[in-house]
Amino acid sequence: MDPIIRLENVSFSYKINEKTKVSVLKNISLSIFPGEYVAIIGHNGSGKSTLSKLLNGILTPDHGEVWVHGHNTKDTNKKRAIRQAVGMVFQHPDNQIVATIVEEDVAFGLENIGVPREEMKKRVDEALNVVKMSPFRHRPPHHLSGGQKQRVAIAGVLAMQPECIVFDEATSMLDSFGRKEVIQVMRQMNNMGMTIITVTHHMSEAAEAGRIIVVEDGEIVMDGTPREIFKHKQELEALKLEVPSVSQMAEVIHRQFADFSRDIIHEHEFIGEVEEFLSGGVGS
Amino acid sequence: MTVKPIIEIENLTHTYMKGTPMEHVALKGTNLYVEAGECIAIIGHTGSGKSTLIQHLNGLIRPESGRVVIDGEDLAKKKIDLKTLRRKVGIVFQNPEDQIFEKIIGDDIAYGPFKMGLPLKEVRERVKWAMSVVGLDFEEMKDRQTFALSGGQKRKVALAGILALKPKILVLDEPTAGLDPRSRNELLDKIKRLNKEEKLTVIFVSHNMEEVAMLADRVYVMADGKDVLSGTPKEIFTDKEKLVRHQIGTPETVQVLYRLTDLGYQVRTDAFSITEAADEIMKLFAGRKEGTEHVQRI
Repeated sequence: MDPIIRLENVSFSYKINEKTKVSVLKNISLSIFPGEYVAIIGHNGSGKSTLSKLLNGILTPDHGEVWVHGHNTKDTNKKRAIRQAVGMVFQHPDNQIVATIVEEDVAFGLENIGVPREEMKKRVDEALNVVKMSPFRHRPPHHLSGGQKQRVAIAGVLAMQPECIVFDEATSMLDSFGRKEVIQVMRQMNNMGMTIITVTHHMSEAAEAGRIIVVEDGEIVMDGTPREIFKHKQELEALKLEVPSVSQMAEVIHRQFADFSRDIIHEHEFIGEVEEFLSGGVGS
Repeated sequence: MTVKPIIEIENLTHTYMKGTPMEHVALKGTNLYVEAGECIAIIGHTGSGKSTLIQHLNGLIRPESGRVVIDGEDLAKKKIDLKTLRRKVGIVFQNPEDQIFEKIIGDDIAYGPFKMGLPLKEVRERVKWAMSVVGLDFEEMKDRQTFALSGGQKRKVALAGILALKPKILVLDEPTAGLDPRSRNELLDKIKRLNKEEKLTVIFVSHNMEEVAMLADRVYVMADGKDVLSGTPKEIFTDKEKLVRHQIGTPETVQVLYRLTDLGYQVRTDAFSITEAADEIMKLFAGRKEGTEHVQRI
């Protein structure tokens, strides 16, 4: 299978003053395949946000190439095709909502590319349905909760029918309810076949993905399934990261009760382990 | 209680775009009492009025009706000394880009102390101190350009700029949103120390319940322009009926404990930290000997 996004020896630097450049990404190579659900984690300034902005050509590399479906992101003629294939959802929902009525906001991108009226209506309906915001379609967005606004922003991206959506810290301004709503939508879209890439500081959110990429000092230092990655508690802590709360709790319990598994990354696994442990079913 | 509160807000209302078709009532008679040296969390959904409320604390919004008294100064008066007020009350906003305006980090943090007319040496000391509090290396970062910073670093710079003013009351809107786990924990530790050791009064708006549980002495819950509930984190997070009614989230640890109580296990739900929660769960295992009663897991 061909990757949907391929980075080939990508480097990127920012000029920080007259004389000095700081290199943010150093010779990164990476392939993302259709249908993957990838979380990118790393501490502040590690380069993960820059990396996400290279994925649909918002930024282009100083050295190396980024290919989206075989289109080079440096090719300005292909910009529209690239943005069409890879959509983005940002941190602040307020910065992405432009219209005064929810359904108009979702239709905004479609109007821009001249989608016929009937088709537009159909796509808006579908997108609002996926993010479970249909009942709010005639409401003004500014009275919605953060999670609801972010779901409207996602519907706007979804209506463009991209193959991949990049979420750049899209849950960091949301409370636990809002975050759960958005994570549910991500999972559902991934189940529908869409490629999901999420940049996050929430380890319990990263645990939902099928693959985690850890970025440190402009390089990819770990790449694996959440279960593999979260086994490296000490390494992650050295990278200013951590393992999910339930993994930390399991670790503490495991130190007292060796039979209590520490290989736990999800809340439901933790609860299951407690129940099994108490029923005496462990190992017997 | 005889201590006079440092912040007294009573029955405060605010209407945006009053008298226009866009009129929107953001505060509908809200209250807030804070004693000097307290650390107060304000939580509530988007649109509940949190941000409007905190903008009253340094006079960015003047009271439409109701009472706002900050450190003895009644802000409903026609003439108030805004300069003194804003030195006393430092607000760090949610979006750091709103309050970073110099090109170089050091200059940005020094801006406030400079304007206060402090001697250069003192300004430098304050910048150094403020940068160390937020965890920015002075030598490495002071000459860097602000635009090339990551979101988390910008947040630190904005906070340092306010701390350099040495305010009496520090107001933070979502202080750790967008910070990595280590930076978040370090910053929370620093805020806690400023609060406990230097007796800085801290008021913070947050959606992160871990942070609320760890920092706050008391929590105010806002909904629809009013304070609907207040209490210690313990009081708030252990009252399931209220959590559900006001749609308040809990720390992940507490979430696990509630899940277990739902399944019929007897655990306390006021164990917020990882170790407290783990200890609470291990009490369930008390009857079992460690690893002797059952076969080793394969």
